[in-house]
Amino acid sequence: MSKIFDFKPDRSKYPAKKADGTLDVDLRSQKYVKLWLGPNHPGVTGNMAVELTLAGDEIVEAKTHVGYLHRGFEKLIERRLYVQGFPTSIRMCVAEPDTNEYLIARSTEVLSGYDKDIPEMAQWLRMLSLEMARLQGLLRGVPGQAGTFSLGIGVQWGVYLRDLILDRFEELTGARVYHMYIIPGGVRGLLPDGFKKRMEENLKEIDNFIIRIRQLMFDNAIFKKRSVGIGVIPKEWVDLYGIVGTNARACGVKRDVRKDNPYLMYEQLDFDPPTATEGDIYARSWVRWQELIQTVDLIRQIMAKMPEKGDIRAKMPNVLHWRIPKGETYNKLESGRGEYGMYYVTDGSDKPRRVNLRGPSYTHAIALLEKMLIGTNIADVHATMVSLQTCPPEIER
Amino acid sequence: MNIKDVFTPFTTWSKVVKDPVTIKNPIGREAAPRYRGFHKNDIDVCIGCGTCEAICENQAIDLVPVEGIETKSGDSGLRPRIDYGRCCWCALCVDICTTNSLNLTNEYTWVDTDPDAFIFTPGVDKKSWDTKEEGWKKPVPNYHFYGQTRVPMEELHAEERVESFVEFVKGYSKKQAEEEADRCVACGICTATCPAHMGIPDYIAAIRNEDMEEGMRILYDTNPLPEICGRICTHKCEDVCSVGVNGDPLSIRWLKRYIADQIPADVDKYNEILYTKDIKNNNKKVAIIGTGPSSLSSAYYLSLLGYKITMYEKLPQAGGMMRYGIPEYRLPYDAIDKDIDYIVSLGVDIKYNVTVGKDITLEQLHEENDAVFAGTGLHLGRSTRIPGSDHENVYQSVDLLRDIVTGAEVPVERKVVVIGGGNVAMDITRSMARLQKAKYGEVNIITTSLESEDIMPADREEVVEAREEGCTIIPGYGPQEVMIENGKVVGLRVWKCLSIFDENHNFNPKFDESDERVFEGDMVIESIGQGMDLSYLSEDTKKGLEFGPRGRVQTNDNFQTSLPWLFMGGDIIQGPDVIHGIANGHRAAMAIDDFLNQGR
Repeated sequence: MSKIFDFKPDRSKYPAKKADGTLDVDLRSQKYVKLWLGPNHPGVTGNMAVELTLAGDEIVEAKTHVGYLHRGFEKLIERRLYVQGFPTSIRMCVAEPDTNEYLIARSTEVLSGYDKDIPEMAQWLRMLSLEMARLQGLLRGVPGQAGTFSLGIGVQWGVYLRDLILDRFEELTGARVYHMYIIPGGVRGLLPDGFKKRMEENLKEIDNFIIRIRQLMFDNAIFKKRSVGIGVIPKEWVDLYGIVGTNARACGVKRDVRKDNPYLMYEQLDFDPPTATEGDIYARSWVRWQELIQTVDLIRQIMAKMPEKGDIRAKMPNVLHWRIPKGETYNKLESGRGEYGMYYVTDGSDKPRRVNLRGPSYTHAIALLEKMLIGTNIADVHATMVSLQTCPPEIER
Repeated sequence: MNIKDVFTPFTTWSKVVKDPVTIKNPIGREAAPRYRGFHKNDIDVCIGCGTCEAICENQAIDLVPVEGIETKSGDSGLRPRIDYGRCCWCALCVDICTTNSLNLTNEYTWVDTDPDAFIFTPGVDKKSWDTKEEGWKKPVPNYHFYGQTRVPMEELHAEERVESFVEFVKGYSKKQAEEEADRCVACGICTATCPAHMGIPDYIAAIRNEDMEEGMRILYDTNPLPEICGRICTHKCEDVCSVGVNGDPLSIRWLKRYIADQIPADVDKYNEILYTKDIKNNNKKVAIIGTGPSSLSSAYYLSLLGYKITMYEKLPQAGGMMRYGIPEYRLPYDAIDKDIDYIVSLGVDIKYNVTVGKDITLEQLHEENDAVFAGTGLHLGRSTRIPGSDHENVYQSVDLLRDIVTGAEVPVERKVVVIGGGNVAMDITRSMARLQKAKYGEVNIITTSLESEDIMPADREEVVEAREEGCTIIPGYGPQEVMIENGKVVGLRVWKCLSIFDENHNFNPKFDESDERVFEGDMVIESIGQGMDLSYLSEDTKKGLEFGPRGRVQTNDNFQTSLPWLFMGGDIIQGPDVIHGIANGHRAAMAIDDFLNQGR
C-alpha cells in the first residue's frame, strides 16, 4: 500500500477526558457539533440511529441508538405453537430469512428428540436454501458496499442478480423473500422439475458478473481510497468483542461455524473459508467477494451431491398438540453475517418458554461500531456500518 | 494504487449498450407454479372442520356460516373467511387442511378501493383466480401435520377367538392410546354428529394429558355407559371424523374404552372422581321401565338431580339388549356390570323379574311416582313369514341370543342358515359359530341377506370378522321357503334379489327367479329386525297416546308423550342403537326435571 492510504489522525484535536473517563465535550464552545445519523430509512442501516459528536468533519464520539424497529418477535414466537414460530421468525432478519427458519426448526427438533429423524433429503434441501439465502444476501451486500461510495451501478447489478436467485426461491419455496420453507421436521417441498438447470443458468450469469464486480470495486481507485485503512478492526478485538463471520475472517481469524461445528451436510462439502489480514473495509469486502465465488461453488456442489428423491419431512407428532419436554438448547449456524444462534427453552407445554436470538449485529453494530467510528469522517459512517453487515432487525428481535 | 485502478472501472460502460433487464410490466408476470398467492376453497369438498382456523398463527381465518351450505352430519356448514389484513401467506392452513379443499393459487395482484373487500370467503365470494390450477398445494408425499394411519387394535386371531366367548379386542395400551389421541385435530365435527353430543375432542385431549379422571368426568357429562359404549357403539362419530377424509378416522370408540378401562371397577372410586358422593334427595320419585341404555341413562341423570329412581326389569339382570342381545365376545359382562354398579350406587333401586303390565301396572307406577320413563326396547323377533317359517326348528335371533346369556338350552345343529344382514344377524352368526365349534369342532353357517354386500346394514368389520371365523356370508339373496323333508328342516331356498325398494321407496323386493339357490341347513335363524312389545300399555293409557307409523308412540322432542307424566325413549322411539338410547335417556331426564319442577 502506498502512503496515501495510511490513515493517521491527529489526535491532538481530541477532547480531553474527564476524571470519570467520559469525554469533555462542551457543545457551547462551538468546537463540537452533534449530528444524528438516522433513523431515516425503513431498511438496512437506516433504521438505527448513530448519535455523532463531531469536531469539524471528524467524529470524536459515537453512540448507537436502537429501538425504532422493535416488534417483539421473540415474544410473539413464545405465544405461538411450535409449528407456528417460523413464519414470524423470518422477520427477525430480512437479509437472510432462512437462517431463522432453520434455527427454530433445529431447536424444536433437538429438544423433542427428532433431530436424528430428519430425512437426508430434507437436510440437503435445508442446506441448499441456506446457501441460496447466503448468495442472495451477498449479491446485495457486496455491491452494496460500493453503493455506500456512490458507485450505484454495482447495487443495480446486485439487485438484478439477487432477483435471479429470488426467482429460484419462488420456484422452490413459493415465495421470493419470506420463504417459509424450513419447517420443524423437514422442509416443505422437493426441487421442482428443471430447477437445477435453471439454477445453473443463473449461476453462470452470476459468474460473469462476479468478474465485473471485481473490476468495479477492487480495481477501482475511488473504492480503494475510501476503504483501505478505514474501519480497521484489530485482530485482538475479535475475541474481546465476540466478532464473528466475515468481519473476523477479514482480520485473519478463521472462524466459521460450518467448519468449526459442522451442521447439516457441510462436512460433505469441499470448501475453505476465505480470509484476509488487514481488517479494514477493503479487506472485509474482499473476503465477502471471495465468499460470493465460494457460495456459487457450494450451491453447485450441493446440487451435484444431493439425492434425487426422498422424504422431505420426518414423521412428527400432530402439530396442533405438539409438546416438547422441559429443556434448553443453543443452536447456531454460519449466516452471511457470521455466527447466528438461538437460545430456546421449553417447559413441557405446547409453546416455547423463551426464544432468544443471538445475532452478530448486536456486537458488530452497537459495541464495535461506536469504537470504530472514532476518528473517521461523516461520510465513512455508512460505509463502516455496511461493511460490518449491520442488520438492525436482528438487534431488536 | 496504480494506473489500472483508474481505468478499469470504465469497463462498466460496456453495459450501456445492453438492453435493460428490468421487466417493463411486472403486473402481468405469472408467478411460479408453487407460489403462495391468494386462497381458493372448494366449498363442496370443505367440511368446515376449522383446522385451518386452529393453525392460523395470525388469527386471519374465521369460520362463518355460508348461504347455500347446510349444516349436516359431517359438515359444520361453516366455511373459512380470510382477512388479508392479517394473513401472511404461510400456507399452514393449506398444509393441514383435512379435506385438501383449501389451496393457494399463484395469483398475487388484487386492487380494490374498499378495504373490507380483502376480508373474503374463498369459494363463496367469486374471484378471478378460483379456476387457477397453479399455486401452493399440500406437499407430497409423506408430509403430514397429523397421523394419517390408525394405530392398529390388537385382537385375538380368528382361530383363537372362535373357540370361546372371550372378548377378542384387547384394548389400547397407554402408548397406543396416546399415539392415536395425538392424531385428533379437535374439530368437533364428531361431537355434532354423536347423538349424545359427547365431548369427544375434550376426552381425547384428556388422554394426551394423561388425566384419566378428567376424561372420565367428560365422558359422564353426556354418557353414563362408557365401558359399554367404548366397546359396541355404532361410532357415528368415526364415520364423519375429519381426519378420516384423507386417512383413517380416529378410533374414537377405542379411546373412550381406554379411558373407562383405566378406572378400576370400584364404585367408591367412581363416586370420588365424579363428585357424586353426596347427592341431595329432592323427595321426588320417578319409575323407569326397563334397564337398557335409555333407562339407565335417564336413571343416572335423574339421580344426579336428587330423584329417587325405581327401575323395573323383566329379566333377572340389568342391561336390556346390551346384556341379552350383544354377545359376550363383543361386550363382556363385567364391563356392563361396571357401568351399572356405579349407577346403582347412586341409590337407584332395580326390581328384577318384574314385568310391568303383568306383575304391576303402569297406572300403579304413575300413582306411586311423579313421572314414568319407559325404555322397553325391541325384544320381539320378526318373522319372514315365508312357507315353512312356522316350523319349530326356525328360530328368532333375539330369542337365541337371550337364551345364550340366561344359560337356557340352545339348540345347535351341524348346519345353520341365518337370514339377515344387520349387526344382530352377525351377532347370532358368530355366536352360533362359537357354539358349533364347541359342540362339533367345526363351523358350518351360511348367512344370507336381501341386501347386497355394499349396502349390508351390518358394520363392515363385523362381516369381515365373521368370515375370518369361518362363517359363510352370501349377501343379495331373498328367502323364499324353508325346505322341510320328513318334518325336518333341510335348507333354505333363495332367489337372487335384484332390488329391495320400489320407485316409491317402499319395501318391495324384486327377485331373479332363474338364480335360485338352496342353502343347506338343519336349522334356520331369522334375524330381519325386531319389534316392540308395548303390552304394558293398557287400553285406557293407549287412548291418551298418539301412535305413528308402525305402531310407534309419538313423543315430542323431549321424549314426552301426550300423557305428560309418561316419557318414552330408546329403541322404541329412535335408533335402534345404544348411543341413541343414551342420548334419549339424558334428554328425557332433563325434560322430566323441567316437567316436575316447573309444571310444564
